[in-house]
Amino acid sequence: MSTIRIPPVLRENTGGSRTVDVTGGTVAEALDDLFGRHPALRDRVTEDGELSRFINVYVNDRDVRYRDGLDTAVGADDTIILLPAMAGGSH
Amino acid sequence: MTTEIREVSAAEAVALARDGYHVIDVREPSEWNAGHVDGATLLPLNDVPSRIGDVAPDKAAPLLLHCAVGGRSGRAAAKLVELGYTNVVSMKAPLGHWKEQGGPWEEPRQLLTPAQQRRYSRQTLIPEIGQEGQRKLLDAKVLLIGAGALGSPSALYLSASGIGTIGLVDDDVVEESNLQRQVLHGVDRLGMRKVDSGELTIRGLNPETVVVKHAERLNADNVERLIADYDVIVDGTDNFDTRYILNDAAVKLRKPIVHGSIYRWDGQITTFVPFEGPCYRCMYPVQPPEELAPACSVAGVLGVLPGVIGMLQSNEVFKLVLGVGETLAGRLLMFDAMGTTFDEVRIWRDPACPACGDASPHAAPIQQPAQPVAV
Repeated sequence: MSTIRIPPVLRENTGGSRTVDVTGGTVAEALDDLFGRHPALRDRVTEDGELSRFINVYVNDRDVRYRDGLDTAVGADDTIILLPAMAGGSH
Repeated sequence: MTTEIREVSAAEAVALARDGYHVIDVREPSEWNAGHVDGATLLPLNDVPSRIGDVAPDKAAPLLLHCAVGGRSGRAAAKLVELGYTNVVSMKAPLGHWKEQGGPWEEPRQLLTPAQQRRYSRQTLIPEIGQEGQRKLLDAKVLLIGAGALGSPSALYLSASGIGTIGLVDDDVVEESNLQRQVLHGVDRLGMRKVDSGELTIRGLNPETVVVKHAERLNADNVERLIADYDVIVDGTDNFDTRYILNDAAVKLRKPIVHGSIYRWDGQITTFVPFEGPCYRCMYPVQPPEELAPACSVAGVLGVLPGVIGMLQSNEVFKLVLGVGETLAGRLLMFDAMGTTFDEVRIWRDPACPACGDASPHAAPIQQPAQPVAV
């Protein structure tokens, strides 16, 4: 099982969970497993079946944009981080 | 085994320095401040083992050590030979002879006034800062975008510790709901402009700090004028439009930005150094829809969170101004207050970035390989 970190803005779609354990040998398979467990997430972070561009995805500390994208391999002890930009600062 | 240290006269030392020997002064800072060899590096005897690696990474480099008369430099030279340095020379002569032989000399400069020496003494004691570093801080100009949650801790600590000029960009007035986290302001300031309240607080902490008030909202028309005179920008804004506008102008004018953002229990921080590391657009090329990125006024924020993130931003400012240490350029640090955890991911310069990528009109000739590189 690998672990997906859920960003704060998406935790209402995981019942408040900050991490979800998933199976899958690639990022795409792991996300499929995640969306199977929490279907509301799929609509929030995908468009036409593709992961939205405003979500950065890291396997451990590496951005999958600079690896194999959603085909990036995921090992059993790996952590996948989903990271949309945050806006807040001043107000 | 005893090691032979090569000792030279002042005349020979002056000749060696002209031939390119790296001159290292192993005296104490107080002696250095009373005048020193021009072009020399200060490395007090006791700091030699711990800092020689930074001062002279190449163990074959030609090094010329001196002190006041030749005793301490002889001991330092022996230490360096023990550490594997192969080309070490010690000047065995009073330093006055160096001057008589026409060696380059820098007369003492008064870097800090006596009052400044007292105020900043705990900082100037740190070897990486010293009086010269404190002078850099006093000469530095730092712009805080937002005198609110993230701007508050930066304004307090940057002024207290001697950043000479602090610019505040904010067009808001102090409201009651600000006070839970915006510690630059207080109940007696309700209704006052944040730039005025911020100036009052800073004056109380450090009357010497120059406060420049910009009571306006940063936008595409004023951004270049606002940031042009500053050395470092601290981004504590509250919306994506402003962050992208600021990013693009900072890339164009080559100003480093220390980025912070907060949401409920979570914060993010990184440092963008144009063309040396990624910029905001490299990291977030596309902004999320509004419902996924609410401001604090909508989503709420833990009072101490901007304190933690703002202090980390101030720490980055110090290193950028002093030119020491490792900044967060190329790394995004994430703080989770609920779990008290820090996580870090690497962020990359994107060659296709519209702001700082290969096609950027502001880029100097690209010296980097085509692949993304971390810093």
